[in-house]
Amino acid sequence: MKSLEELRKIKERALERRKLSGEGARARIVVAMGTCGIAAGARDTMSAILGELEKQDIANVIVTQTGCIGLCEYEPIVQIQVGDSETVTYGNISTDRVPTLIETHIVDGEPVEAWKVRK
Amino acid sequence: MIRSSVLISGDPISLSRGAEETKLAIEAELAFYGLEDEVQVGYTGRVSRTDVVPVVVVYPDETVYGPVSADDAAELVEEHLYKGRVVEHLRVAQEVASAEIDTLDPEGATLYGQKRVVLNRAGRIDPYSVDDYIAYDGYFALGQALAEMTPDEVLEEVKASNLQGRGGAGFPTGLKWTFVAQQPETTRYIVCNADESEPGTFKDRLIIEGDPHAVLEGMALAGYAVGASEGWIYIRGEYAMAKDILNHAIEAAERLNLLGDNILGSDFSFHIHVHAGAGAYICGEETALLNSLEGKRGSPRIRPPYPTVRGFRDKPTVVNNVETLANVPPIVLHGADWFRAIGTERSPGTKVYTMLGDVNLTGLVEAPMGTTLREIIDIYGGGIKGGKAFKAAQTGGSAGTIIPADLLDVPMDFASMREHGAGLGSGALLICDENTDIVDLAYVLIRFFRTESCGKCTPCRVGNVQMLESLERLRKGMARRSDLERLEEIATYVESASFCGLGQAAPVPILTGLRYFRDEFESRVRD
Repeated sequence: MKSLEELRKIKERALERRKLSGEGARARIVVAMGTCGIAAGARDTMSAILGELEKQDIANVIVTQTGCIGLCEYEPIVQIQVGDSETVTYGNISTDRVPTLIETHIVDGEPVEAWKVRK
Repeated sequence: MIRSSVLISGDPISLSRGAEETKLAIEAELAFYGLEDEVQVGYTGRVSRTDVVPVVVVYPDETVYGPVSADDAAELVEEHLYKGRVVEHLRVAQEVASAEIDTLDPEGATLYGQKRVVLNRAGRIDPYSVDDYIAYDGYFALGQALAEMTPDEVLEEVKASNLQGRGGAGFPTGLKWTFVAQQPETTRYIVCNADESEPGTFKDRLIIEGDPHAVLEGMALAGYAVGASEGWIYIRGEYAMAKDILNHAIEAAERLNLLGDNILGSDFSFHIHVHAGAGAYICGEETALLNSLEGKRGSPRIRPPYPTVRGFRDKPTVVNNVETLANVPPIVLHGADWFRAIGTERSPGTKVYTMLGDVNLTGLVEAPMGTTLREIIDIYGGGIKGGKAFKAAQTGGSAGTIIPADLLDVPMDFASMREHGAGLGSGALLICDENTDIVDLAYVLIRFFRTESCGKCTPCRVGNVQMLESLERLRKGMARRSDLERLEEIATYVESASFCGLGQAAPVPILTGLRYFRDEFESRVRD
């Protein structure tokens, strides 16, 4: 890369990719995987999410990770965005909550109010 | 189509002061104007101090009203939501909050009311993706600096921002950089101190884990400003994941020519290396860190000469903390004036705290400088656990000051805290409720320093052992008055006579504990 102009192009491409439509996805699931998240079981949550998506044969969902968002008390934290709707932040998502979370929020498109970090 | 969102504070205190009635009244008024499909109403966590609840926040304008009773609902809805005019007399008065407290994160990704400069991207981006960083303006500060600014202009911008070191001492960053830039020796280094070993402090780890490129970009900007082409990150050995993320980030940035040789086609080259520590607390002290980085025993060097004159490999070296460096890209990108508008006049910007102990919500908080401890505990910490009373807080990690409830309302910035004999230190906030035993607390802390003293100088090596013995006798009820006097005397000596910061700071919890909680020490003396 040779110039600021190219940096701008990367930015635009990256922003486009961050939009769900940019990658043809219908939802994005983000697992907080800072040390605090991992200590609270985020790795297990991550594998449970991937397993559940596979089991239910759900495609077009981006699963990715992020760092600590500052709410270590609520780890493992999972953020879900479906379509263009607002991102919902869930707390204490242990593996046993994953099937319900996927079923309700991803399949049915209804956020699980009780598990939201901010009620 | 939702065009606006109204959030009412729904915490217990707000509810007890009629938040539910306010919410019902607002909903009724919205229905009256036929706005119920355009404006959504909901509860939120506490967004301001308890003396102005219930608080009503109207988005997207982020206007904060409070206290708003059910009787105010008609006016608020008619004026603001129907006619679009802010109702000035219902707004939260500016002076209520000691510092600017932002409302909710627009992406809904983070928690209530933080002002995020350093952690702006943490929790929003994938730390393994350099594209994510670039999507949120990453590397644009470096790009702009290389294309449009001279090194001196970058340096002047940082100087004008009055950014102060976030590692604990609060030394002006721009001044430190100037010292290095003025040296006749032209081989210079940037060292990032990521040896975060202060018990209870984990902000640097989470900054690196959440937004590693911010630190790298900050280092590159520092390198450009002072004329260094090599940087080292000395990272605490236990931070395996953070180290992995950093190495990954360096590689990704080099692939895009954002680090390495001739960055973005300019004459400026900058290489960053990561070096892991081996678990000694002393290596967080900058001169011991430099020794360790050179492969020597991690013991402190005599100062002067300061590292800015003779640092790494005896060359002029900038040693900056992780958080300090992460502040640099936004300063260069948005300018010193932007930065100075945040926080207090004497200490601009934000501070990242790690809050732990007897609060409902422990974790990471970024708040503007000048936010009081009471606000941090009430707003971000969700209050003291179990509804108990606040007794003391230790600010700044194990070597930090123990402060009583009297100082809860002191604006937390470097200067104000110093005036009250307290410090921000590493940003750790250990909150203790009424059941905490201060003598026990001091004992545990000194035990740590006894173990971690490097042994180079006598006051620290022997003093910590003797202080621990005195505290042990106090705890067991075996101490006489002379033991207490001796404890205070030795603590004073260790503070004034120790070779480096470790020893000078070790007795601080005892000295401040004695200053504010002397009764507790006295009550343990056997007469």
